[in-house]
Parts: sequence; C-alpha cells; structure tokens
Amino acid sequence: MGKTIAEKIFDAHRVEEPFPDTHVLKLDRVFCHEITTPIAITDLMARGMDRVFDPTKIKAVIDHVTPAKDSKTAEQGKILRDWAKRHEIKDFFDIGKNGVCHAIFPEKGFVRPGYTVIMGDSHTCTHGAFGAFAAGIGTTDLEVGILKGVCAFHFPKTIKIVLNGELKPGVYAKDLILFIIKELTVNGATNMVIEFTGPVVDAMSMESRMTLCNMAIEAGGTCGICYPDMVTVDYLWKFIKDEFATKEDALKEYSKWVSDDDAEYERICEYDVSSLEPMVTVGYKPDQVKTVKEMAGTRVDQIYIGSCTNGRIEDLRIAASVLKGKKISDDVRAIVSPATPAIYSLALKEGLIEIFQDAGFCVTNPTCGACLGMSNGVLAEGEVCASTTNRNFNGRMGKGGMVHLMSPATAAATAITGTITNSDIYQA
Amino acid sequence: MKNFKGNVLFLDRSDINTDEIIPAKYLTEITKEALKPNLLEDLVLPGFSKEDTRDKAVIVTRENFGCGSSREHAPWALEVNGINVVIAENFARIFRQNMYNCGMFAIELPKEKIDYLFANYAGKDVSMEIDVDQNTITINADGKSETIDFKVGEFDKTLVKEGGWVGYADKNY
Repeated sequence: MGKTIAEKIFDAHRVEEPFPDTHVLKLDRVFCHEITTPIAITDLMARGMDRVFDPTKIKAVIDHVTPAKDSKTAEQGKILRDWAKRHEIKDFFDIGKNGVCHAIFPEKGFVRPGYTVIMGDSHTCTHGAFGAFAAGIGTTDLEVGILKGVCAFHFPKTIKIVLNGELKPGVYAKDLILFIIKELTVNGATNMVIEFTGPVVDAMSMESRMTLCNMAIEAGGTCGICYPDMVTVDYLWKFIKDEFATKEDALKEYSKWVSDDDAEYERICEYDVSSLEPMVTVGYKPDQVKTVKEMAGTRVDQIYIGSCTNGRIEDLRIAASVLKGKKISDDVRAIVSPATPAIYSLALKEGLIEIFQDAGFCVTNPTCGACLGMSNGVLAEGEVCASTTNRNFNGRMGKGGMVHLMSPATAAATAITGTITNSDIYQA
Repeated sequence: MKNFKGNVLFLDRSDINTDEIIPAKYLTEITKEALKPNLLEDLVLPGFSKEDTRDKAVIVTRENFGCGSSREHAPWALEVNGINVVIAENFARIFRQNMYNCGMFAIELPKEKIDYLFANYAGKDVSMEIDVDQNTITINADGKSETIDFKVGEFDKTLVKEGGWVGYADKNY
C-alpha cells in the first residue's frame, strides 16, 4: 500500500509514538506572532525554562495589531521583540519590515517541501501549498515547540480533492475554496489533511495555491497540501539555487513529497470546475456559500481587500484591474492592506497603489488587523463588510457586524457599485 | 489534576466557534485571569445569557465545538471560570488538543448519548463528576444519579493526569 504525502512527512519526522496513534514529530519550523506567543514566553519564564530549541528554526513577526494601537498591544509586541533579541532569533520582523505571517514567511523562503511547520495560528495550513505539513496549534503546543522542537499529532487521514477542467475568467482560487468548503461542510475535514490536486491546481501560481490551502481549516482540516512541482521550484529558486545544480534536480528531490498512486484516502472528491461561478458566503459559517449572482444587489458598508488569504500581489493585481479608472460607490468605504512590505513596494512600482487610491480606497500598512476585528477597519454594530478574508463568524470583524467572504475581483466590483457584484461586467 | 466535578451548562447548538467563546478583541490580554468576565460573550443562542456560565464546571454541547481560531484563550476562558470539562459529539482539532494540553477534558460521546443528555437533563439543576481512572461520568439530578462511560486516548489521559503537555514534554524530550 502506498503512502500519502502526510504519511511520508510523518515517517520522516517521527521522534517516537509514545501512545497508540500519538506521533511526536520533529519540527523544521516554529513560526510565532505577537498574539499567541507572549503567553508562551511568559509561561516558559515563570517555569524557569526560558530557552529555545534552535533560534534558526524559529521565525517571528508582529502582524496582528501593528503598529501597536494601545498599551496592551504595545506590551505584546515588546515581549516578542525582547524575547527574539534575547535568544538571537535573527528572523524577527518588526514594524517597518513586518507583514501578515502566512504571506511574509513563504515570501522569505522559510517553507520547503517535506517540512513540518507549526504556528499558534489556525491559518498555518496555508504553508501546505509548498508540499509541507503545516498545522495551526495552541499556545501550549507552541511553548513545547519553542522549547523542544517537537509537537504531537494524531495521524491525519487524508481527503483528496481532484479539480478538473479550467476556471472561467473572473473565477479564482478563492471561489474554488469557498465551493469546496460548501461541499465538505465546516467540520467535514476535521482531523484530516486536504490534498488539492488535478489540472486546475497544477495550473495555479503559488499565491493561488496558498489561497486554497489557507482555508482548509474552515472545513476543519489540519492542513491543506499541494504537491510540489516546477511552480514550487520556480517560487523557491532564489532561496535554493545554491543547494541544487539545476531546477530539475530540485524538482527531482522535492518529488519524493508527492502521494503514491495507491495511497489510502478517507475520501476522494472529483469535480469538474469549468462552469464554477464566483462564490460568496451568506451567513456566519464559511460553508454557507452561494454564487455571487444569487447574492447580487446585497448592500455592504465596507470593502476589505487583504489578509493571509488574499493580500498577495496577484490579488492586488486582480482587484486593481477591476478598479482601474473607476471610483468606489459613495455609499461605501474601502480598505486595502498589502500583506507584506515587499508586496506593497511592488504594488507601488506597478502603479496598483495609485489605482486603489484614485478609486477611493484607504491603503494601510501590512497587518491582520481588520480580518479579526482588532484594528484598521473594525465594523460597527449592524454593518456589512465585503471581505477577501477567511472567516465570516458572527462579530468576527466587529461586534454585531456581518461579513461576506469573496475573491478580490468580486470585492473590487462590489466596491464600485456598493452592492455584491460579479466582476465580469468590469472585466473585458 | 484539575477539578472535574460540578454544575452543568447545556449549550444546544453545533459549531460554537472560538470567536464566540472569547472574542478576538480580548486577545490583547496577557494573563488568563483577565479573560474571566468575557466567556461566551458573543454566543448566539436563544435564551442564553452570560449569567448562565456562573458556578458551572461542565459544558454539554453538540457538534464541532471550538471551531475556528487556534487561540488557547478559549480553554483558558473556560478554565478561569471553573469549567474544566466540555462534553460534545465532536470537537475542532486544535481546540480539543488545547484542552488536553491544559490538562482539561474534551470528552466525545456518540450522538445518541448527547441526545439522551439533552432530552433528560437540559433545563434541570444537574451536576456531573468525571472519574479519571474509571472513564465514567456520574450524573446527579432530581436526587437520583446515573453513570455513563466514555472513551479517552492514553495520551489525552496522561496529559490530564500530568496537568498538561509542557511538564510531560519537558520530562520526556
């Protein structure tokens, strides 16, 4: 019997199996941000165990509320900053260099095929786009990860999603993942890995694959995974070119992190997505999804483009292509947060920032802020936001607020009309 | 070990998420105790009031409890309110692991047992006690008592007995 990619990664990283179905894995990466890490740090200090297993494998960023909005968030940043300095964690991204964790860490080349990655953040599943096992965990698992470089997991079964056909113009990875979550439901993949495969995924950029994997958790998935291929190698090449003579050599090495044809799956779901329409969420759960056409005309108060789901350069290019030469509706306000400083700079160079500003968008620094209602775009009671983020929970972006999740193209079109709008009318 | 005995709060809904258990705006707190007043503040459930969480030690609920964010603030908010046991049909993976990592119980029971608990005990003054060695839940209500079994993995039980994952991992790795 063959093995899935998750099984192969588990086999290569297993330290021991102390109890039945309890796999203690060696970690290649422990990622940290200022919301879930400070309590781990202060607890380690209180226990007299203020140590780190390997400062080169730990990467840290201030991203959720940045720059600090009050004394409490300033203190959280300070605890992380002081700790990174104390333990000589070189890859610490402070204000000015910081971006949304699941955008900046891949951008810096920190994730490779076959890696094990944990972070105290549920959207850590994003990094599976590189053919890694990447799981969100809580503060205690993070604490042990920082201290010992290990984490315990039950063995995850795998759901294989096979995506055939070709996406229509105006339909993107975000529409696809909303459709898949609707199919799987919010706990359809609990304790499981979701493999995204097929010609549609093969044709996707790393950015789109990250959008897919990012929302695996919204179906309960432990990790979303895409197989490494030449797209992965091309993305990583500037970081790995000293390790391999040619890209083909790198591909050959990374190809061991692909599931076997006869691997055992919990479920295989095959879809032809050629006729898929742009999708949008309607309620307070990410599996409550309709087509944009069904929801057309729904009024919104705010548009938000950004986050670890859809704040990358590809997303800004798509949104700007819809917005070019247009103005947002007088009835809405719109915010765009490029996910990292490099994305911001590139968007500036390409003239995208000017398009957003001319259209009437507020352009913020890279931060998670608005997505979870912490800063930079919190909703008032009863307000509605068209958002490219990943969670539409009740009150997620502000108490009493409502969120419709959608692609950057749909969000941009919605900004122009002030109501949920299919972007096709603005795309040639 | 923590306390696993006391009054029961019934939450008759599936998919209660971590944002409902403790909203993100409180994630700027750096002590667990500070989360105490805000447990289940944004829960959408007809008839529920935050007062209902007072003097409770056990929550009984439906499916997929704790879905959403990885925030361990969710178990902490329960813990500082004296609630160390949640009984549900199933849990979101990260929340479930966080509970055991803190030495708390996230007990899974089959749907028919959860239905039975709601049908027979919801709305009454009920207390429960978990016997860690016997894997049983003793239910006391109306002056009567009954005992039901539950299953728990060896790893999870070890974490409950050791009081959490940090102490165990420090000893073993």
